[in-house]
Amino acid sequence: MDATLSGTQADAVLKTAHKPTGRISDPIFVGILWSCGIFVLLLLGLIIAMLFEGGFPALREFGISFLWSTDWNPVTEKFGAGVMVFGTLFSAVIAVIVALPLSFGIAFFLTEIAAGPLRRPIGVAIQLLAAIPSIIYGMWGFFVVVPLIAAYVQPPLIEWLGPIPLIGALFQGPPLGAGMLTAGVILAIMILPFITAMFVEVLESVPPMLKESAYGVGATTYEVYRNVSVPYGRTAMVGAVMLGLGRALGETMAVTFVIGNATRMSASLFAPGSTIASTIANEFPEASIGSLKLQSLMQLGFILFVISFIVLALSRMLVRSKLKG
Amino acid sequence: MKLTHLLSAAALSFAFTGSAFATDINGAGASFPAPVYQAWAAAYKEKTGSAMNYQSIGSGGGQNQIINRTVDFGASDAPMKDDKLESNNLLQFPTVIGSVVPTVNIDGIADGQLTLSGSIIADIYQGKITKWNDAKIVALNKDVKLPDAAIVPIYRSDSSGTSFVFTSYLSSASADWSSNVGAATSVQWPAGAGAKGNEGVAGMVKNTKGAIGYVEFVYAAANKLPTTNLVNKAGKVVKPTIPAFMDAAAAADWKGAKNFAASMIDTAGEKAWPITSATYILLPKNPASAEQSAAVIKFFDWAYTADGDAIAEKLHYIPLPDSVVGEIKKAWSSDVKVDGKAVWTN
Repeated sequence: MDATLSGTQADAVLKTAHKPTGRISDPIFVGILWSCGIFVLLLLGLIIAMLFEGGFPALREFGISFLWSTDWNPVTEKFGAGVMVFGTLFSAVIAVIVALPLSFGIAFFLTEIAAGPLRRPIGVAIQLLAAIPSIIYGMWGFFVVVPLIAAYVQPPLIEWLGPIPLIGALFQGPPLGAGMLTAGVILAIMILPFITAMFVEVLESVPPMLKESAYGVGATTYEVYRNVSVPYGRTAMVGAVMLGLGRALGETMAVTFVIGNATRMSASLFAPGSTIASTIANEFPEASIGSLKLQSLMQLGFILFVISFIVLALSRMLVRSKLKG
Repeated sequence: MKLTHLLSAAALSFAFTGSAFATDINGAGASFPAPVYQAWAAAYKEKTGSAMNYQSIGSGGGQNQIINRTVDFGASDAPMKDDKLESNNLLQFPTVIGSVVPTVNIDGIADGQLTLSGSIIADIYQGKITKWNDAKIVALNKDVKLPDAAIVPIYRSDSSGTSFVFTSYLSSASADWSSNVGAATSVQWPAGAGAKGNEGVAGMVKNTKGAIGYVEFVYAAANKLPTTNLVNKAGKVVKPTIPAFMDAAAAADWKGAKNFAASMIDTAGEKAWPITSATYILLPKNPASAEQSAAVIKFFDWAYTADGDAIAEKLHYIPLPDSVVGEIKKAWSSDVKVDGKAVWTN
């Protein structure tokens, strides 16, 4: 039997639900629920309005070119978001590129390969990764990952790949340790648990019958993964990646520690850069009220909000199309 | 019987509110002098029972908070502009003097071995000098064996008073820097990478071969970082030492400075360390509460005594010259008034 109620059963439930005692408490309860729901909308609306209103003078001063201008000079009060928008997208994309295969691997290992006793510790470890505060990732990145990358990863890559035309542009500059790549790697570790958790959920929702049938016709584990599990959950997986991307876009403290904080544009993976969030974290304490700098920082915040909104909207759309299909 | 109970209860509560409200003062701002302000607060509380709470939130934050009058005093490393002090009705006075020192990580070079000049450092931070064995650096360091290594300039990523002092020095020492980059709490650095706070800069320099950074002397001394010597305006090589900072303070033009904003950057003193600066307190000239304002002044009046000086010196800060303290006390009694009456008299 399925769980839907037949006509008479539903009537019975409705009758008991409308007992006289609920007449006063129900509207109150419904009212509270309404206000909870409206509260979120109101709060979000106020934040957007505040950011836009606070940042608008910067937009008026510099025009729409604020979006791509690469100036960020507090001395001459010339501000532009170009370097930060580029850095935000670049580091987040690196993070997703690094995190995606790892998440696939871990999720598939957990759902298909891992034996019972091993599954739990790995699952808990993944959850713990998500629970580590971002400032800890920042410190760990600064004191452990940055020196390691500067000493062992960058020098050989610069030497081997640097001279190659085109690709070589990605591997230029002194081995600083801090830079786009390091920021991307740290971000990847931070978004890994979120993407993995959603992948696990998706893979677990694949009907066992589909997989068993595939195994039945002689498919290998890899073939089942490749041709059954992944296609079945593809759109939900894309949604998961987009959520990870959204998280990576706004991450602040960890990135500030390892990105090198330079307001210069560079194509190199090793060059220091900055993101919108790291710039706000760095510059906010010294921005005085009413100054063009503070207004520009507010405008940066608004741009980050818009970017995050677009990413989230895209992921929602993709997940929804999966549900309908 | 009942009456006496009531009376004693009333007296008790009065005593409590008295001690709780009259003496607690709140300040916020610059992080550079925060260690000495906090040490002063602890000693002052032990001595008088009055508490001073200081929030180290950065110079800009200190200026914002005192303009909005959310604290009893603000603190800033960069002196506030005269017209801004005027329009916000603020009195500005210095508390202690500190300095900024370059720190390096070069193979085979020990603490105090290398000598640099302002124009060389400006060229390094502009990416014009990129190797440690550059002819200009070698010319200043004939006895030192400099490696053929890339220079990695490191700066403060968070906007800070330290960067303001350092870039002011570079602007003073190099016309090129002054026209291309300028001086501010954060600038558009033409080369290098940024790290957060003194700890960040020190950590990144320590981890990066060939790096050069700048930190507050207080921090370098406490952590024994390898520093360099500098060539000052008089053309003499100076080491970053307390007497060299005191020379810079003595060479500053305190008489001619408006609102005590005497520059100690690149002074003409023979033995003066060129990257030296005072840090400032901002106090409302028209405080909402005479009592609170008087408590702030009493605190700093104590800080200028021998007790306060000893604490500052122990933390590697330089106390102000006595003549300057005298001028500050005059300003307190003449400028800070409630209803036309001075809140503090010497």
